[in-house]
Amino acid sequence: MLKDITLGQYFPGNSVAHRLDPRTKLILEILYIVALFSANDWFVSYAFLALVLGSAIAVSHVPLKSLVRGLKPVVIIVCFTGVINLFWTPGDTVLFSWWIFTINLEGVYRAFFMVIRIVMLIMGTFLLTYTTSPITLTDGLETLLGPLKKLHLPIHELSMMMSIALRFIPTLIEETDKIMSAQKARGADFESGSVLQRAKAMVPLLVPLFISAFRRADELAVAMECRCYHGGEGRTKLRVLRYQGIDYAAFALAIVVLAVIYTLRFLNV
Amino acid sequence: MRDRPLEPIIRVDHLTHTYGEGTPFCRSAVRDMSLDIFPGEFLGIIGHTGSGKSTLIQHLNGLLQPTSGKILFHGQDIWADPKKIRDVRFRVGLVFQYPEYQLFEETVGKDIAFGPRNMGLTGAALQERIEEAAGFVGLSPELMEKSPFELSGGQKRRVAIAGVIAMMPEVLILDEPSAGLDPAGRDSLMGKIRSYHQATGSTVVVVSHSMDEIAENADRIAVLADAGVVMTGTPHEVFSRGAELEAVGLTVPQVTKVAMELHRRGLPIDPAVYTVAELKKALLALKGGRSGC
Repeated sequence: MLKDITLGQYFPGNSVAHRLDPRTKLILEILYIVALFSANDWFVSYAFLALVLGSAIAVSHVPLKSLVRGLKPVVIIVCFTGVINLFWTPGDTVLFSWWIFTINLEGVYRAFFMVIRIVMLIMGTFLLTYTTSPITLTDGLETLLGPLKKLHLPIHELSMMMSIALRFIPTLIEETDKIMSAQKARGADFESGSVLQRAKAMVPLLVPLFISAFRRADELAVAMECRCYHGGEGRTKLRVLRYQGIDYAAFALAIVVLAVIYTLRFLNV
Repeated sequence: MRDRPLEPIIRVDHLTHTYGEGTPFCRSAVRDMSLDIFPGEFLGIIGHTGSGKSTLIQHLNGLLQPTSGKILFHGQDIWADPKKIRDVRFRVGLVFQYPEYQLFEETVGKDIAFGPRNMGLTGAALQERIEEAAGFVGLSPELMEKSPFELSGGQKRRVAIAGVIAMMPEVLILDEPSAGLDPAGRDSLMGKIRSYHQATGSTVVVVSHSMDEIAENADRIAVLADAGVVMTGTPHEVFSRGAELEAVGLTVPQVTKVAMELHRRGLPIDPAVYTVAELKKALLALKGGRSGC
């Protein structure tokens, strides 16, 4: 049951999208979000961006089904945004009016494009985490944020914490699954009863989970100290990031996409 | 082999379980597996890591639902009525690997009580269950009021096992009960399980990858390899097929290896001897048969 969580799951592969430098992918992701939010609220821009996203998905070999499945947890947010925009957009072309609720044509368009925008935003982000292993991702992030070290921000520590957290998500999920099964074998019931009963039923799950998380943290700290870990100072990397030909090509493509989006915005089509 | 009633208590009928169907990580942990477990027996299940042992036993009490195939408990499909699956879990007790990591209560007594309390027991009946279960695993009464987290590793494991025994299941399944214990702790724990088996007459299934452990305790052995059952039989039957065992990445017990080697060198010894006591008897008999050795 818990194994169905797709958040941040990595699909191993060797496609162009997998081979891109993580820094490139992070920057492209940001540019993609910028493009998504500066796009003109009309079909042409979104069709063009959908085409961009579609080709990125095609290139990555990530099955569309798993991307769509990743949308499941955010359905509520998407619907909420849609409804808010539907009713609270000012406009003149009233389509429907009842009590304090008014729907106008502008609202319909706004809601429609907002939903499309969020869905595409999420799918794009998932594409990043699906094609980049967490370790590479934090590596890329650390290098990108590197200049901030000059401001005495603990970038290395932050990225180390992040990679450890990411590394332990699957472990903890597995652990949760195991403890849940073991307590179910003793008749624990996690699925029925009132909210209070269910919260109480979590105790046999949470206590062992916390204990094991602390134990793991302790063991990890000892293991790191045994290997003389003392922070980022003077530490070299196993994988040195270097931009390749495909990275430059990807940047060029991104600039073209942005240019098209801004042209469409300027032409207002 | 002693006489056995024909009706199995649990029948695994062409069980298949596939993890992660429809993802790139899809794989069948158990494929078209059939196995009978008879009432009152001590069954040992051996297999290499990844042979499907853990997946199999989680089906026996309905923690996992078969992808295809059936689990019959007293002849009835346990998934016939999914609402009754909890009753099956009380009647087929499952002790996981490293069960000490699942302790959560403030005191040992309360932790053991978790299972029977879920069954609806209270008061004196509950107390009786706790004491009896603690007795089976050799936990002294003064430990009952301690926090389980103050105990040693071996004691914690006994508490966890007592927590399942306290439900008085008809079938008790233990996954690698002695993993990570020292040899003395292992022998003592296996002894406790054996005496529990004898005292209650319930069915016990022990999963292990240690041949020696299984050989010394089980009446019957099922060998798992590559997501299926490759052999079942008495220890003698199974260990006489040493070559086949080696082919699936398992070995015979160390004692059997000695016996096999002696047999190969021409001594009239049964090569499928599987306990130290038996080999000793055979060797002494041999010595007695000859004069002055």
